[in-house]
Amino acid sequence: MKEILSGNEAIARGAYEAGVKVACAYPGTPSTEILENTIRYREIDSSWATNEKVALEVGIGASFVGARSLVTMKHVGVNVAADPLFTLSYTGVNGGLVLVCADDPELHSSQNEQDSRNYAKFAKVPMLEPGDSQECLEFTKLAYEISEKYDTPVLLRTTTRISHSKSVVNLGERTDQVREAKIEKNAAKFVMLPGNARVRHVVVEDRTVQLSKDGCNMPINRVEMRDAKVGVITAGISYQHVREALPEASVLKLGMVHPLPFDLIREFAAKVEKLYVVEELDPFIEEQVKAIGIPVIGKEIISICGELTPGRVRKAFGLPENAQAAVEKLPGRPPNMCPGCPHRGVFYTLNQLKAYVSGDIGCYTLGFMPPLSAMDTCVCMGASIGMATGAAKVLSPEERKKVVAVIGDSTFLHTGINGLMDMVYNKGAATVIILDNRITAMTGRQENPGSGHTLMNDPTNAVDFELLCKAIGVKNVRTINPLDLDECRTVISEEMERPETSVIITDKPCVLIKREGIFKAGAPLQVVDESCTGCRACLKIGCPAIEWVPASGKKGKAHIDPLLCNGCDVCSQLCKFSAIQEAK
Amino acid sequence: MSDKVTNIVLVGVGGQGILLAAEILSETFMLAGFDVKKSEIHGMSQRGGSVVSHVRYGKEVFSPMVPEGEGDILFGFELMESYRYLSLLKPGGTVVVNDLCIAPPSVLVGQETYPADMALKIQEFCPDCLLVDGQNLAIEAGNARAANTVLLGAVSKRLDIEEKYWIEAIEKMVPKKALEVNLKAFQMGRGLK
Ligand SMILES: Cc1ncc(C[n+]2csc(CCOP(=O)(O)OP(=O)(O)O)c2C)c(N)n1
Ligand code: SF4
Ligand code: SF4
Repeated sequence: MKEILSGNEAIARGAYEAGVKVACAYPGTPSTEILENTIRYREIDSSWATNEKVALEVGIGASFVGARSLVTMKHVGVNVAADPLFTLSYTGVNGGLVLVCADDPELHSSQNEQDSRNYAKFAKVPMLEPGDSQECLEFTKLAYEISEKYDTPVLLRTTTRISHSKSVVNLGERTDQVREAKIEKNAAKFVMLPGNARVRHVVVEDRTVQLSKDGCNMPINRVEMRDAKVGVITAGISYQHVREALPEASVLKLGMVHPLPFDLIREFAAKVEKLYVVEELDPFIEEQVKAIGIPVIGKEIISICGELTPGRVRKAFGLPENAQAAVEKLPGRPPNMCPGCPHRGVFYTLNQLKAYVSGDIGCYTLGFMPPLSAMDTCVCMGASIGMATGAAKVLSPEERKKVVAVIGDSTFLHTGINGLMDMVYNKGAATVIILDNRITAMTGRQENPGSGHTLMNDPTNAVDFELLCKAIGVKNVRTINPLDLDECRTVISEEMERPETSVIITDKPCVLIKREGIFKAGAPLQVVDESCTGCRACLKIGCPAIEWVPASGKKGKAHIDPLLCNGCDVCSQLCKFSAIQEAK
Repeated sequence: MSDKVTNIVLVGVGGQGILLAAEILSETFMLAGFDVKKSEIHGMSQRGGSVVSHVRYGKEVFSPMVPEGEGDILFGFELMESYRYLSLLKPGGTVVVNDLCIAPPSVLVGQETYPADMALKIQEFCPDCLLVDGQNLAIEAGNARAANTVLLGAVSKRLDIEEKYWIEAIEKMVPKKALEVNLKAFQMGRGLK
């Protein structure tokens, strides 16, 4: 059967067909939809883990007792999961284990542009890289075979343009030889103490050599001879752009990007006049080709930064660029928090209090943008709290009061909790605000251990943030309604004054949560024209439902779009003239 | 089947339903027997950012992204965003655009103004431009939310694909209770000159 699938949907399908029993992940763009699709197959136990390290450990546990498991994450997630990954390379697997790692060249939705192919080499684990959705399905299945045949975890690397592009896929059936799980003890293989690990290290090195040799005969590494003047080594999405921009060029398309099939590369190089590597991000293939003594052109013509497009490949090869319209400068259209978002009032307050905001990653990172302009740092998930501790250590007692860490519920449970324990333990004096909107909103509203539901939609325990913080040893824990600006201001300023750790928890849900009984929109508000003086106070929260309607001169009035307004009431608290009222 | 690949670029504002329209297009082309690729960035699509989706079909499609200056049709859901992405269109290409302005954040707060005469400027660059009053036609069809389907109808008229494939795709992708209105909206769009 044929279907149009995204790369992520095809990976989920591939896992199903391969007989996978356990799929575990922490959400992250562009990888999230893989697990949102494995739940379509009831044969797979799919779950969100608290973070990527835990996700991988769940996968490893299932593999060691014999089942096939799938673990997925975005590129920076591999940083979090790197510890188990590197030693998993030594133990190898029992049931096949595939770790999907989705890179984001061009940083469409990420904080950096790291090239995870380096992890394959660093951790000495084979890596496959599909070039469209059909390959996503096939390579996933192949990855399980390689995993079990070579006794190794396998990395499957996608990029945003693979994960989120759709193309036509031929579906297969689920294998009827699904591996059953049972306890099989094998300490020499699975207990990585020095004595055992030394032995395994040798196995790992031999495995890589063997895979490089065998890779020369794998059909996924294929030579397409056309004109011999130009030969291009490429993989993944870059292959598609090369075929588009250089239809006559001969191509060595690599399906396995680590370890490289060096003999095949030598053979291809000998057949073409001029050899190129076209790859996004790091010169990963290029440097290794050069290291075996083959001259090749790569990053001289192709940028290390950003993603490739057919146009960028054309340009690199000196082909004429297609006509372009000269477009006048336009206002940008960055994303904004939703109308009625519970984060808005908190950032308005932090702005008013001139706090130094140690930020984190989530929808609330948009609090950095004007007019809220109330986030001063953002490094990686969970960093806000540790960084607040560090800043508070060195600032003067007066400036120390300004330090506030803000962190979402999902991010707090991901890696923020360790930071909070450290802050209490080391007597840090900063304020921590946990923005509990009951969901992992940024990546499209996934459940988390605080939301009370699992990925499979089962009701489950919901972490009690107040109790948790108290158990860690935080003495001052207060819960506030973030839509009440007076309450926000009073509580946040009081806690900022306090010379010890305090935690404030906000308790209003994301407006996009669909589950019944969680979010209820209020009646939409309207601006009473006669009362509006045009003071612009309500514009300071940047709600997309409020528009400034200019009149002649500097005058104008505010207008609320009743179709967008969620009736959160925050804007009306800013209006000194009672001009914002419930719509009639 | 000729080797030519047809390129469609959909642009607009997050939350406008661009991704669903792109799905319907892709499904139609697959049903009509073509190779299809579609690419978009949807990380921020829900929070009002600018959204672009590329849909390409033909005998064999390689890159999922429409090369600059090779778009056959620019399918615009909002005027300023359509103007922004005109460079993707080939010389002599077609624009089908919703007659709608959505103010970006800087305009909402009165820092910048929405650029004037967007529709005129698009027409200047691209004479083959159809301006569609999506909202009002959709209301006429029975639901303001069907504006995208009116536009889709107008786009369909500019592509050489049999009507039955469009209908089949819409029937597959649109929820049952909204189907009747959407089929009507689609026909209204198809009727536009
Ligand atoms: C290591 C890592 N994993 C995943 C992500 C992707 N990501 C960014 S923010 C976020 C979660 C945000 O949820 P929450 O903290 O609850 O804030 P909200 O968006 O709900 O406001 C995720 C999963 C990331 N940036 N880094
Ligand atoms: S999705 Fe939810 S948390 Fe994110 S901006 Fe919208 S309301 Fe706020
Ligand atoms: S009540 Fe005011 S701030 Fe809240 S959503 Fe409506 S317009 Fe925006």
